[in-house]
Order: sequence, then structure tokens, then C-alpha cells
Amino acid sequence: MAKYIVKRVAMGILSIFIVATLTFFLMNLVPGGPFVAEKSISAEAQAALAAKYGLDKPLFQRYLTYMGDFVRGDMGVSLRQRGRTVSDIIFSKFPVSARLAGIAVVISLLLGIPLGCLSAYNRGKFWDSAIIVFATCGIAIPSFISSVLLLYLLGSKLNLLPTVGLNTLASYIMPVTALAIYPTAYITRLMRSSLLDVMGQDYIRTAKAKGLSNFKMIFKHALRNAILPVVTYVGPMLAGLMTGSFVVEKIFTIPGLGREFVSSIVNRDYTMVMGTTIILATLIITANVIVDILYKVIDPRINLK
Amino acid sequence: MKKFPISLHIDPEAFMPATPEEKESLVVMRDSVSFWKDGLRRLFRNRVAVVSMAVILVIVVFAYILPAFWPYSYEQQIRGSENLAPFTFSEQELSRVEAGEKVFPHICGTDKLGRDFAVRLMMGTRISLTVGLVCAALVLLVGSTYGAIAGFAGGWVDNVMMRVTDILYTIPDILLIIILAMVLRDPLKNLATVDGFRWMQTVGPNLIAIFIVFVLLYWVGMARITRSQVLVLKESEYVTAARAMGAKKGLIIRRHLLTNCIGTLIVTTTLQIPSAIFTESYLSFLGLGVAAPMPSLGSLATDAVKGMNTFPHLLLFPAIMISVTILVFNLFGDGLRDAFDPKLKN
Repeated sequence: MAKYIVKRVAMGILSIFIVATLTFFLMNLVPGGPFVAEKSISAEAQAALAAKYGLDKPLFQRYLTYMGDFVRGDMGVSLRQRGRTVSDIIFSKFPVSARLAGIAVVISLLLGIPLGCLSAYNRGKFWDSAIIVFATCGIAIPSFISSVLLLYLLGSKLNLLPTVGLNTLASYIMPVTALAIYPTAYITRLMRSSLLDVMGQDYIRTAKAKGLSNFKMIFKHALRNAILPVVTYVGPMLAGLMTGSFVVEKIFTIPGLGREFVSSIVNRDYTMVMGTTIILATLIITANVIVDILYKVIDPRINLK
Repeated sequence: MKKFPISLHIDPEAFMPATPEEKESLVVMRDSVSFWKDGLRRLFRNRVAVVSMAVILVIVVFAYILPAFWPYSYEQQIRGSENLAPFTFSEQELSRVEAGEKVFPHICGTDKLGRDFAVRLMMGTRISLTVGLVCAALVLLVGSTYGAIAGFAGGWVDNVMMRVTDILYTIPDILLIIILAMVLRDPLKNLATVDGFRWMQTVGPNLIAIFIVFVLLYWVGMARITRSQVLVLKESEYVTAARAMGAKKGLIIRRHLLTNCIGTLIVTTTLQIPSAIFTESYLSFLGLGVAAPMPSLGSLATDAVKGMNTFPHLLLFPAIMISVTILVFNLFGDGLRDAFDPKLKN
């Protein structure tokens, strides 16, 4: 077990390192620098700026400096937002995104698991079909489409909910819905198919032969095993929420990390791109590692290699 | 004639030609069913899959054939007909109609530059479908080759090749997709002006950048699936027989291994199409997808967001188109999986 954990953690760290390296070199391949857009700046001033931020040094040397600083916890200063350090910006934006994603995770688990159970429990009946239709459509609608449509319907046409920012409780409804549709639909499908799979097992037949009620059989015996695939989905779900947050935060003008990431790429804010990419990648990879380890702990049938 | 029990005289009765009734009893109960026949039969029995296949065909006709017969082209700007609602005419066009001329209606209205939106929607669908189909094909090519080689070689080769995919698998792809889409744009645009690469102009450097990005990041899943199939198949008798007869490794992989996991490959490829369309529209929305004047469904939707309160139809049409396309490809892929996945048989 310990060996497995060490191996997974080591691979996770290697992945983070690869992401950081790839991002650094790729980003610097992009034509145009952070100061090109400001046309009023003369060539000398640009050179001075580049020298100030160390952009005039050879690429590989900059890479070594950056990585060295990063390991010591220094992510540098933002090239576009003068006077603010990258970690400063990330720490101020991250809680916003995390709160949004956290609510979406809780909602999609709380909705998806019962819906999946309900669907499997009523297999072939009306509710099953209705839930399947919802789940199939939910997977087909990209989050930017659903958020724009929500914005149009509830925000502009009916004027029910605020369309900008996250200032009131009501303003959470639309972004969270847009983020949660896909994972909810996915968990529902996952839960349904895995529950149906488990229901075909021998020990369920034994339980039925004992005369157990359907309800008790599902919730006491089947659900415990059927929920395992949902546990493994938590990692990809976080990655999906991150993907969704890039557009949702843009559409609802929410000052979160996702919007920051996209705008820093467009602005060629090298240090910001590096900082946000590494932090986001670390989050996702850590979640995946934890889920992998947890999975083996929960399910003793999986042998540790 | 009475026969002596131990005589060698044969009974001529036993050698008479069989009667039709006797022949009947020897006929096999049912024709043997090949893999394809069996799968297709199961596919066509699945109503959802058949309907989604029909819708896919309609979408293909809509995207690839209909624009050729449409009286408007996707970049043609009709002066005076800007921002028309569906099925309405501008004053100029109305006067032409009154003069007895036949003017083709703008079924989906026009956009703010006076371009017929129906044909733009068709072109957008064409671009999005092309992205989906080409990416899926490229992923199939790269992924299955890589997976088959890794699985067939085994040993340390397999180990090294699979560690590479393990690491790529853990990397959150969307971060790299966004950065790569940005990086590849300008270099490819420059490359397209160099002799020998001018063909790229006809496809569009942007589109090529998207192909490259998708293939670089999505082949991993395909490679893993192919490898797991090949690992099982390579132990089968016919592979041993082929090897005993001196077949080359490449031949075994191509002729025996890949053809035998073709069902799984088809299913995975089909399900890759909607995910590529999904990601392309997403990138377009962030402004990193296919560039103007070529529309993709994602960029059409994005352009419409700004004016959605006044012209909601410009947003609704591409939004519905994206969702329906992804939906039918998902459903069709699920149907294919139910029909062709040997694990799900019966």
C-alpha cells in the first residue's frame, strides 16, 4: 500500500513538472510579448521593461530561474497588473472559483446519485425514461450554451436573476446551474448503469432470496458497490468544472481564477499564465491521486500493484 | 432374399439417393451469422440508434450538399438586408418581389452584415462536423497504432510506452489545449504562405492548428483501449498460427489484431466525434477556434451573444445545432457500442 501511494504521488509530481515545463516553453513560442500591445511605449522603454522582468535573458536560463523561484514559493510578479504578485492575485481569485465549483460538486452529487438510483429502481418505466432523456440531453449541451441560454431567459427576458457578478445569493443560481448540468447528467448515467450492473450480481440474488425488500436491497447492499465508479469520477469532474469555469466566469463576469487564466493568455502575461496553469494542474492532479488511492482503500477487491 | 447374418453382402437399399424429406432434416437450422451481420442487425433493431443515424444523415446533407444549391453564399453581404428576422424581407427585396422577381426567403434571417444566416449555419455545421470527423480519424490512426504496437511488443517497450500515456492522461488537457491553440496559430499562418504548404490555405491554418491540438491530446484514450484489446487478442491461436507460418509483426498487427478489435475502435472513434465538436465550439467561444470569415457553430454562437437581447434567433439556431449534433452522435455511438461490443452481447 505504502509503495503504491509513493508511486502515485511521485507520478503526480512528475506530471505537474511536465505541465510546468511544457507551458513555459510553449508560452514563450507565442509571437508577441506582454508589452507589445502598449503601442505608446518606445523601443528603449520596452527593452528596459524586458530587462526589468528578466525577459532579455536566454530562454533556458529564465526557465531555471523560474523553476528555482517556484520551488521556493515565489511565483513572481504579474507583468500586466503592475505591482501585484502572482500569488497575491491567485489567492484573491481562487476562493471565488472554488466556492462556485464546490457548490456545483455538492449539487451534482446530491442530485445525480438519487436520480441514478431512481432510474435503475424503476427500470423501463416512465421515470426511468424521463431521467434518461434528461441525462442524455444534459451531456450534449456545452456549458457555454446552457449559461448563455440561462442568461437570456432568466436574466434578460424574465429579469428574475442578477446577470453579473456574485454579490447576492440569487446570483449564484445561474452560474452554478450552468456548471452543474453536465456532471449531474453524467453521474446519473454512471450511477444507473453501475447499479444495474451490481443488481445482476449473485449476492443480490441471495439477498432477494432471503426475502429482503427491494428498497433495503438497493440501499443496503447494492449501493455500496455501485457507488465506486462515482468516486473515480470525482477527479474528471473537477477537471470538467475547471473547463466550465473558464467560460461561465467570462459570461457572468465573475472575478474568478478561470477568467484570470483566459485573460492572462490573451494578454501574454507570462508569469500569470505559468502561475495559474501550475496551480490548476496541481489541483486536478492532486484530486486524481487522492481519488486513485481512496479507490483502492474503499474497494478491497482491487489488488495493489 | 433372406440374408445370412455374417455375409458381406451389402444392402443396396442403404445406397439409394436421399428423398427430399430426408435432405430437409439435414439442413442447418439458421444461416451462420457473421460479426458484421450480427452487429448491424442489433443496431437496426435499436430504434434510438436508427433515428439518430437518420438525423446524422440529414445534418450531413445540410452541411455538405445544401450550401451548393443555396442562392446565397456564406460571405455574401446583402446591402440593405441587415439584421432581418427569419422569413422577412428588406424593403429593397420587397420591391423586387413586387416587380415580379423571385427572391429566396431568409429562412433564419440575416446577421448584422447582411449575410444570409441559414447558409452561414450550414457552413458552420460543415466546419464543426469536419473538425469532429477529421479529429476522430486522426486520433484513431495515431492511437490505435501506438496502442497496438505497445500491446503487441510487450515487455519493457510496452512499459515505457504506457508510462508516457499514463503521464499524459493525468495532465488536465484543457489547459494545454488552450495554450497550444494560441501557440500554433501564427506559426501555421506563416507556414501557409511558404511554397509547398500553400494547400494549407484552402483548409485554413486555424483548422489545422485545431486538428494538431486535438490529436496531440486525445490519442491517449484510444491507445489505452487498443492496447488492452491487443493484449487479449495476441494470445489467441490464430496469432500463434500466423507467427508459426512466419508472418511479419507488422502484418500480424494490421491483418489480425487491428481487424479483430475493429468493433471497439469504431465505437470509440464515433464517440470521439462529439467530444471534438464540443471542444471546438468551446475554443471558438474563448476566441481560440476557427477564425472569421469562416464560421463554426461555436463562433456563430459567440458572435450572437453580444446582440442576443435584440436578435435571439442568431444565438438559438447555432446553439440548437451544436446540441443536436452532439446528442445524435452520442446516441449513435451508444447504439454502436450496444451492437458491436462483444462484452455487451445478449
